[in-house]
Amino acid sequence: MKLAAAAGGGLLVGFNWTDAKAKPAVLDATAEAAAPSIEFNSYLSVSPEGKITIFSPNPEVGQGIKTAFPIVVAEELDVDWQQVHVAQAPLDTVKFQRQVAGGSGSIPHSWKRLRQAGATTRQLFINTAAKRWGVPAGECTTDKGMVLHKGKNKKATYAELAADASKMPTPTDVPLKDPKDFKLIGTSIRNVDNKDIITGKPLFGLDFHRDGMLYAVVQRPEAFGTKIKSVDASKARAMPGIVDVITFDNNVAVLGKSTWQVLKARKALNIQYEKESALESTSDHDRIFDELLNAPDATVRRKDGDVEAAFKSAAKVIKSEYQCPFLPHSPMEPMNFFAHVRPDGAELIGPTQTPERARGDAAKFLNLPQDKVTVEMTRMGGGFGRRLATDFVMEAVKVSALAKAPVKLIWTREDDMTGGDYRPAVKYRFEAALDAKGNMIGYKLRGAGINAGNPTRQDNFPAGAVDNLLIDSAEHKSPITTGPWRAPITNFLAYAEQSFLDEVATAAGKDPIAFRLELLDKAKKSPAGDIKYDIDRMRAVTELAAEKSNWGKKSGVAQGFSLYFSHLSYVAQVGEVTMKQGKPELTKVIAAVDCGIVINQSGARQQVMGGVVDGIGHAMYGKLTFDEGAPEQNNYNNYRMIRMSEIPEVEVHFVDNGIDPTGLGEPALPPTGGAVANAIFKATGKRIYKQPFVEQDVLKGVS
Amino acid sequence: MAQYNLKINGQTYKADVEPDTPLLWVLRDSLGLVGTKYGCGIAQCGACTVHVNGAATRSCVLPVSAIGSSSVTTIEGLSAQGEHPVQQAWDEVDVPQCGYCQAGQIMTAAAFLKQNPKPSEAEIEAAMNGNICRCGTYHRIREAVKVASTKTK
Ligand code: FES
Ligand code: FES
Repeated sequence: MKLAAAAGGGLLVGFNWTDAKAKPAVLDATAEAAAPSIEFNSYLSVSPEGKITIFSPNPEVGQGIKTAFPIVVAEELDVDWQQVHVAQAPLDTVKFQRQVAGGSGSIPHSWKRLRQAGATTRQLFINTAAKRWGVPAGECTTDKGMVLHKGKNKKATYAELAADASKMPTPTDVPLKDPKDFKLIGTSIRNVDNKDIITGKPLFGLDFHRDGMLYAVVQRPEAFGTKIKSVDASKARAMPGIVDVITFDNNVAVLGKSTWQVLKARKALNIQYEKESALESTSDHDRIFDELLNAPDATVRRKDGDVEAAFKSAAKVIKSEYQCPFLPHSPMEPMNFFAHVRPDGAELIGPTQTPERARGDAAKFLNLPQDKVTVEMTRMGGGFGRRLATDFVMEAVKVSALAKAPVKLIWTREDDMTGGDYRPAVKYRFEAALDAKGNMIGYKLRGAGINAGNPTRQDNFPAGAVDNLLIDSAEHKSPITTGPWRAPITNFLAYAEQSFLDEVATAAGKDPIAFRLELLDKAKKSPAGDIKYDIDRMRAVTELAAEKSNWGKKSGVAQGFSLYFSHLSYVAQVGEVTMKQGKPELTKVIAAVDCGIVINQSGARQQVMGGVVDGIGHAMYGKLTFDEGAPEQNNYNNYRMIRMSEIPEVEVHFVDNGIDPTGLGEPALPPTGGAVANAIFKATGKRIYKQPFVEQDVLKGVS
Repeated sequence: MAQYNLKINGQTYKADVEPDTPLLWVLRDSLGLVGTKYGCGIAQCGACTVHVNGAATRSCVLPVSAIGSSSVTTIEGLSAQGEHPVQQAWDEVDVPQCGYCQAGQIMTAAAFLKQNPKPSEAEIEAAMNGNICRCGTYHRIREAVKVASTKTK
């Protein structure tokens, strides 16, 4: 913690993002002197007019962090939300350390630190007022940005106290609020950028403009596994507005004065490609999956007990395979970045989930020290993991360096969909062994993936609940590039696994929820190996979902259950399907969520509803196929996205357990596919083994 | 290149562009009106929706040469400060996640409500179905259109 009088007479408070303990005060006379210090790493400032500015360091990608972080600070600070102004902090990992939007990790990382910062600052104002009034600090209270002393009938706003506060020592060991006294946390607070969004302000990377900049588009190979043989750019160069055509890596960049001109000129390029490595088609992948599933060896991920013996002694064995296709991320704002590379430094501006990686990659490539490369984060029009990669940033850097000009490099939707970094395609084989009483005594999972790394999550449920278990994986390396996609791996694994558990429950003659609860009981009483999830929290969301959905008691409605733990949060979902004209229709999804304390009801509900809609959309319709290395879908006319008329009702319920909050940008998505598929099974008796659902027999004829 | 005088948001703008340039890129690149978004470029997502003579129109496939004397309204011109009932409803219902699609959603909804001030849920869905929201804010969009319909007289 560090204090300084802000320029103009307010107070600037620095606090450590990475260290929950407040540091002893170091006083500086001016904000300027305080600003470059590395002893603290975030700021809030109080202006003489009473405006509280809180800097939010993490990239905003639609997850609502820019609203949630300041809520936590404001809560402990005890200010009126109306006084709070939120600003996006620049990239400065010395100060802020973790400036990443990914892994649903921001909230768990920063919760305590944010509270500490707010509470310590509040105490500072109390101490300042107590000294001024000659009263014990313990007799003062705060409310809406004011310190009050009831007995002496005194009050002072934080703004009035700011200048004196900057000369006081920083309080240490300040107690945090009892969560039952929270006034802001747990209420509904609107997105802090609503006003700018609804009035069309330039917020996003694609909106960035710098006078004199060039627009650039890049022609990348049309098929994975090919490389440039020859480039004839003569026609393109002669077109209006075209300034340069540059070949770099395996790409050809067209630079010019406007987006439309470079797009037209790109079409006029004549590029010949030649084969560089395998040109894979989706039919090849289908064959490769089966080879991997049947291969004698694979990487063992977890092994408990004696699986072979369990399957030999089984009264019943269930075996199924599930498959999911490649998917593009499809954020509504396509990739883009502005770069201005000069001999002595580089300026980067745009939408990135990993600004630090962007800076590091650029510095390395340009052979510049890190501090000569600046990265400004714009709001992002979605990311879903795509903007964790820096390929598009580096394209802008390279093109700017080669063209010696400021460049805004943009991708079209087609570029976005055909440019790689996809969710990997996978196929799973599950096997379960049941004893005569229907207890699951053995469980096997082999995950086969294409550039998927480990497509299993070997420690997730039902691991720990089955005595004899073997989880392994096999991988095919492909020229088709892949990357993390919202809830990496679990976004398809959960569908497959939760569908399979439903199959096993059916085979055991048990209710799907009762079956899972039995397994959780077993894990609690006699765990098999390590347990990396909280059994009680698994149980609590399961029970909440059962209660809120009136599980098993609705007539005319087929229900399907799914339960998943990811990114430290627990989510159970019930899908509801009714038959309309002989065809199943998804009418409702009920979600029970345990992310600990809910910071912002509005934002949290939004994340869950959006996650469910995303989960339905991609499970139902999403598919990217390949022919000889070339993607066969390239825009929303041939790649189907879920639309308003296709959403079911979504009901969200949070477990109220007072546990420290965990992330919510991803965890609601994984269980959805399973809840939907299991409800469709319940309604029709037909199991869905493959995404997209809409292409499977049971949904044929459903639009 | 050709000179165009465009009536946008009640003002006249000059643009010197090729005749086939879509209005979207004229707005964004030539006139600095970047509230109108690019999402697909082929009239599939609705991110680029503006009003042309009051009708919701996909600016990504509308060549500037076809506009003539029509009057264009973009999100920047829907109201001075965001006080249009649809914009207000969008804030009240707290619709945006990433926010990127929302200008197009709002423009579609505003034109629709002008034609059909008291729509049914099915009519809202039909009207809004052309606008994709990747973040999945559809429930709140639908709700906000309903809220806006109570604000418009
Ligand atoms: S950008 Fe015009 S409809 Fe998608
Ligand atoms: S709010 Fe992100 S695309 Fe709609």
